[in-house]
Amino acid sequence: MRKFYSALKYVCIVALIISLVALVAVIAYVLINGMDKLSIDLLFGDYKDSPSILPAFIGTLQLVGIAAIIAVPIGVASAIFLVEYTGNKGKFVKIVQVATETLAGIPSIVYGLFGYLIFVVAFGWGYSMLAGGITLAIMILPTIVRSTQESLLSVQGGLREGAYALGTSKVRTIFKIVLPSAAGGIVTAIILAIGRVVSESAVLILTIGMVVNKVPESLMSPGTSLALDIYYFASHGYPDEAAATAVVLLVFVMLLNLLAGWIGNLIRKSTYGD
Amino acid sequence: MNEFIGRMDITAKGCNLYYGDFHALKDINIEIPEKQVTALIGPSGCGKSTFLKIFNRMNDLVEGCRIEGEYRIGGVDIFDKETDVNVLRKNVGMVFQKPNPFPMSIYDNIAFAPRTFGITKKSELDEIVEQSLRRASIWDEVKDRLRKNALGMSGGQQQRLCIARSLAASPKVLLMDEPTSALDPISTGKIEELMEELKKDLTIVIVTHNMQQATRIADKTAFFLLGELVEYGNTDDIFTSPRDERTERYITGRFG
Repeated sequence: MRKFYSALKYVCIVALIISLVALVAVIAYVLINGMDKLSIDLLFGDYKDSPSILPAFIGTLQLVGIAAIIAVPIGVASAIFLVEYTGNKGKFVKIVQVATETLAGIPSIVYGLFGYLIFVVAFGWGYSMLAGGITLAIMILPTIVRSTQESLLSVQGGLREGAYALGTSKVRTIFKIVLPSAAGGIVTAIILAIGRVVSESAVLILTIGMVVNKVPESLMSPGTSLALDIYYFASHGYPDEAAATAVVLLVFVMLLNLLAGWIGNLIRKSTYGD
Repeated sequence: MNEFIGRMDITAKGCNLYYGDFHALKDINIEIPEKQVTALIGPSGCGKSTFLKIFNRMNDLVEGCRIEGEYRIGGVDIFDKETDVNVLRKNVGMVFQKPNPFPMSIYDNIAFAPRTFGITKKSELDEIVEQSLRRASIWDEVKDRLRKNALGMSGGQQQRLCIARSLAASPKVLLMDEPTSALDPISTGKIEELMEELKKDLTIVIVTHNMQQATRIADKTAFFLLGELVEYGNTDDIFTSPRDERTERYITGRFG
């Protein structure tokens, strides 16, 4: 038996090494192939003589903006309703729970198809940043609802009781006591959801049209995103440009994750002290 | 709108309370005099905390809770349509078993209730904060760190802060739900002294598990058992010559 346990330890170490190697290999591959092509022209060029990811960069920011403006208020408000007004109990909450969990697990291409059929075709918007942004908003909505719910539930019940016992209305209790206490978790969840928007590609292939050489004129114009550019470059004979774009995307997502941790901590510190 | 003015006696007539099918409080009648400390004692689950929470209508928040009977504080029917529950709670403060300071500065904790009721002038708030902290005899300990987060205080200090926070709403009645059960003996002593001081202006009702505490601080004591009010009277009488056999068994430690 003892032998088995000590063997188990080495199996785990080997598994860990494989995970690390895989991770390092991906990053190293991207960096080695991408750093060469990472130039001012690629980053900010006008896409006349050589490919540029400026349209993708602007497109990504637009998509993040649209998705966040729609999904954050709706998601947070839904979670507030579920936790603060229904007590997170009852049949209705159960149904919503199952629905959000299922929605969070659906492959993104299904959202893409939905966005394509509804916004692009049925609404007649054509491929457009707006269609992509709204579809992404729908995609991240369940995650935002779920994690906001968790953050609200983790606020101690005693705080709400304490506020009510002072004659505080429900609305004031939610805005002055509950939300500030939950803000750290909510903001972290939102930033991580934005990370998903930044790295999404399947949804966008079907909704924004992958026009890689033009900054979108308006939200109704077709466009591209960083993740889509990787797909486009790789499949059109520019593998090194694809890798360079991947470097930018990696840095972007890493910064978002750091930002999430940092802001979350900052808010927790300002509410709970050091 | 019903106002809380005049004598702050508390009365309950024909009190029955149900959680769903469970009959938690059975036909309780009681008159609690103003400006005294009244202790509610009894074993766990006897309904004393539930009974206490009727008077600031905290049971309204409990799903499936149904209350019958007539309840008056200072003559006001607290379940009357004309009685605003938030005005009731402003006038009937509550201190909980576990200290529950808000995650904000000491100052903001105390200023919370006055701000809720529309006081925004800084000089006015400053005065209420100082006065409330003084009344809760914690001013000297915190006056130099009013802007510090309240969660950095010790448990005993937090509980006195919570008392100060209630006082800042200028209540007429203070309900205390086992306020010292999570505290050390020194902090408990401080809070008991404080109650002695506060009852000059306030009607205090305290739920306690600790019978010594009841004898030390309470003018009147009510003994609850299985949702019934078994005996109610002057604390001295209850503890020296109880009329009911069940009271006697409880105070001599033979059950509960």
